[in-house]
Order: sequence, then C-alpha cells, then structure tokens
Amino acid sequence: MIDLLATHHVYLAAILLVGIGLYVVVGSPNLVKKVIGMNVFQVGIFLFFVTSGYVDGAGPPVVGHGSGPLSSPLPHVLILTAIVVGVSLTAVALALIVRIYDGYGSLDEDVIKEVRVND
Amino acid sequence: MIEPIATLQENAIVLLVAFPIVAALVPIVLGLLSDRTGWIVAAIISLVQVALALTVFRQVQATGPFSYEVGGFAPPFGIELIADGVSAPLLVLIAVTTVGVVAYAHRIGPHGNEFYSELMLLMTGLSGVVATGDVFNLYVFLEITGLATYALVASGRSPEAALASLKYLLIGTIGASLYLFGVGYLYLATGTLNMADLSSSLPSVGYATPLVLTGFGLIVVGLSVKVALFPLHTWQPDAYAESPHAVSAYISALVSTAAAYALFRLLYAVFTVDFFAAVPFAQDMLVLLASVSVVVGAVLAVMQSDLKRMLAYSSVSQFGIVVAALAIANETAILGSLVHLVGHAVMKAGLFLAVGVLATSLGARTVEEYAGIGYRAPVTSGALAVLAFSLVGVPPAIGFAGKWTILLGAVEAGAWALTAVIVTSTLLTLAYFGRLVEKMYFTEPADAAESVATDGGVAPDVSFAMRAIVVLVAVTAVALGIVATDLIATFEPVVEVYFA
Repeated sequence: MIDLLATHHVYLAAILLVGIGLYVVVGSPNLVKKVIGMNVFQVGIFLFFVTSGYVDGAGPPVVGHGSGPLSSPLPHVLILTAIVVGVSLTAVALALIVRIYDGYGSLDEDVIKEVRVND
Repeated sequence: MIEPIATLQENAIVLLVAFPIVAALVPIVLGLLSDRTGWIVAAIISLVQVALALTVFRQVQATGPFSYEVGGFAPPFGIELIADGVSAPLLVLIAVTTVGVVAYAHRIGPHGNEFYSELMLLMTGLSGVVATGDVFNLYVFLEITGLATYALVASGRSPEAALASLKYLLIGTIGASLYLFGVGYLYLATGTLNMADLSSSLPSVGYATPLVLTGFGLIVVGLSVKVALFPLHTWQPDAYAESPHAVSAYISALVSTAAAYALFRLLYAVFTVDFFAAVPFAQDMLVLLASVSVVVGAVLAVMQSDLKRMLAYSSVSQFGIVVAALAIANETAILGSLVHLVGHAVMKAGLFLAVGVLATSLGARTVEEYAGIGYRAPVTSGALAVLAFSLVGVPPAIGFAGKWTILLGAVEAGAWALTAVIVTSTLLTLAYFGRLVEKMYFTEPADAAESVATDGGVAPDVSFAMRAIVVLVAVTAVALGIVATDLIATFEPVVEVYFA
C-alpha cells in the first residue's frame, strides 16, 4: 500500500481531483461553485494525461539532445488543446450565469427553484 | 497544382470541416455592418456544405471508402478523416438538415448574426464527429458540438433557457471529459489515438485487462451522456423544451445522433466484435442500460403534457433502441440501428418543426391545447400525424424499416428479452402519439377561442416556407422508408468489414 502511494501518487492525486470536482458539481447549490467543480474535475483528467507522458530522467525527443530514454510530448500537446476547450467552456458557463443572475437575482440553485415555482 | 476538379474531390472531406468553421466567422464580421446579413450567409454556407457532402458521397459510391491525411501527416501519427458508406450519408444528412433549419428560421428566428454563426459552428462540429478517424480529434469535435449547442439553447433569451443551457453544459462537459478520460486509458494501454491502429493494437494488450476495460467503461458512459440514455438524460428535456423551435429541431435531429454514431464507431472500429466476445459482461451491461432507457423514456413521454418535453423523452426511448441494437453485436441489428439513427433524425426534426409551427400560429403547446387542431391547421397537423405514425413504426415509413430490421437482428441473435423490449416500446410510442392524434382529430376543443387568446395576441405569422418544410420532411420520412433497402445497401459494406 505504501509502495503504491510512493510510486503512483500522481494517479491518486488525479483520481482525488476528479472525485472532488464531481462532488462539488453535484453537491454545491451555488452555480459558480459548480463551474469551479467542473474545472477541478477536468484538471484531474489533465493531470492524468500529462503524467502519462512523463518518464523519469528522460530527455525531449529532439534530434541532437542526447540519447537514452525519451519522453513523449504528445500527451502534453493533447492537453494543451483540452485546456483551451476547458477555458472556452468556462467562459460560456460564466456568461450563462450572468444571465441567470439577471433573471432570478440569485446564484443559489434552491432559491432559483423557489422563484420558478412561485412564478 | 494538379487538375482543380480532382483536387476538389480529394479535398471535399477536409473542406467539410475546414470551410464552415472559417465561414462561421463571416456572419459575425458582417454583423458590424448589418444584423440581417446572417441568414443569407448561412444559407450559402449550408448549400455549399450540401454540395461538398454530396461530392464525398458520390466519391464513396464510385470508388469505395477513402481516408484523408490532415496536413499530410500519415496516420497513425497524423489525424485521419474517413469517408465510407456510413459517414458519407450522415454528412449529407447533416448538411441537408442545416439547409432545412436555416430556411425554417428565416421567419421565426432566432434572428441575429450570432445565431447563424453558432449554427454553422454546430454544423462543423457534427461533420467533424462523423468524419474523424482519431479518438482525440473526436473529443475536440464533440466539444465544438457541445459549445455551439449550449450557446444555441441559450439563444432563447429567457433565464429558463440560460438555466437549461448551464445544466446541459455541466452535464455535457462531464460526459465529454469522461470520454477523454477513457481515451487516456486506451492511450496508456496502446500508445496510439488512431481508430484503425487502436483496433489492431488492443488485442495484443488483451481485451480483459483493467486498462482496456476501464477505458471502455468511461468511453461508453461519457458518450451515453451525450446520447442522453436514461439515467444520464437529465439535461435533455429542459434543453429541448426551452430552446427556440428551430434550435430544438436541429439539436434533437443531429446532436444525439452524432454521439450515437461516435459510439457505433468506437464499439466496432476500435473495440470490435472480438471485444464483446471476450468480455460478454460489458455487452450485457450496455444492452441493459439501453433497454432500461427504451422503457423508462417511453413511460416518461406518456406522462408529459408539454409537447416538446414529450418529444424529448421520446428521444431518450428511441436512442435506447438504437444503442441496444448496436450492443447486441449482430450484423442485421447494427444495420437496423443505423437506419433508425438516420430515420429518427429526419422524423424528430420534422416533429419539432411541426410543433414549432403549431405553437407559433395557434399557441398550442400542451397535449390538451391540441384538441381539434387537426381542423384548424390541417396541413401541418397532417404532416405531424404522418411523422408520429412513422416514429411508431407504421409501414412504409422509415420508422418501420429501422425497427423491423432491428427486430430481425434481435431475433437472429436470440436476444428474446430485447425483442420484447422493442415490441413494448412500439406500443408505448403508440400510446403517447395515439393520445396526441386522438386529441388532434377526435376531440372537440373545450373553447375554440381560448387557446388563441392565451397566446397573448401578436404571434409572428408562420411563413409558407415553414409549412412547406414540415410537409417536405414528412414526405421524406415516407420516401426514405421506401428506399430503405438502398440505405441498408450503402451501410452494409462498412458493417460487413467489422464482422469479417
């Protein structure tokens, strides 16, 4: 168990982040916190991807930069794309939240539900 | 530069993605001058898209499937776009539906150039999902589709629409991210992201290894969110009900369809039938998930009074049928599933468009308000009834062709429980549409003036084009049923390869 923690701590961190993120999205009634939770959830997945390309003591796969083990830059590039997607999603989500706040005067899911029932 | 005609044909598939994503910016730029230019630009872009899709389709019919290396990087390292007997017809479907929706939106809107930019962006995303042969590229296109859909749902301007859109965004993002997570597992297992390459390296890793199994689970759950299978459908009824009529027609027709197509590709081009043979548990779970979706979706649809919500839950049920047919891994059933995928897109688009016409012209939104509507709007109601019966599965319409082929496949595979589920779902579909048709034609309106009065007076007039499109879609649904064997013949070579 200790051995697993020592060698795979990054994977555990990734799973923890995914779990925390999901919990916040489901559990928090505040819409902004839900979006933050969504971001934490995605960061967990990004971390998982990025570590997969990492090799201890490896060099970049560029001609003329030594021999020995090379690490793959592909996961990093993929995650760069995914981060851009994540930023766009956050932007759209925040824009929607502004409109929701204008309409209901609250960011609390329970309050919004009450407002809708009373309407 | 070689002959320009030949280059156009070779590049049509990449232009299907590259052209509209660039052209989507045009309405925004022109919006600086006038806010009424978006429609004509969108109409031109979608017509060009139809021409490109038809070029690809003809090429596939003439010379068989082909692939395109994006940027000249050879797969498996480069990204590959694939045109074959399944992706080409779907590309045509996407382009043609876009033309129809753009024509429909001319009068009732939503107006404004941003709407048309978002619509073109959505078309790009959908075409990309269908054309790509790379699992990470698929994620990017899924997210482009998602982002454009969230914006379109919120184009209703009401706070309810914004709330529905945010809900969709949160759930949809988690779905897409789970898919990405699953792709990560497959990448760790094989070191490749190309679909064809994955399918050849997965057996050497071993189908039953934890890495591959976890990847499969995450991918299936992620895509099921996008397809809107019960119990992952919760975003869908709000999104369909709160968005403008043109938008709900478009997204109900294509967004879940593209996700279901992605599921088909991943199941058979990446995991292959051998995976199901090696891990029957995964197959059983998928059939179970889909079967529950079929029944619960239909029951929820029967319980709805709001028409758009009823159609939304009906989609949950119909996609259950599509995924269940994919999951039983039988050639006939898969062909049926693809036919139903195309058929459902046409029928559901038509139903939402017809509901939009009736809601705009007569203010009827609930099943109660549809009383006697068959005599007040005979043409649209007639088309609505034809589409409803088509979705129930009355021959010769496309709904019958799809469900019948799926049923044959289920019987061939000896999946008796599933056969029962599909027959039951047909009865339940009849229950919710029968109730509607009964109201439309055989119930006296409680107070003829009332339903008009509740509308608040100045409803924008319904254009002739909108009615014409609804009728056209109804005719298409029946005509597609008549040529269903040709459709199956187009899909067959692709599916055959997966079973070879």
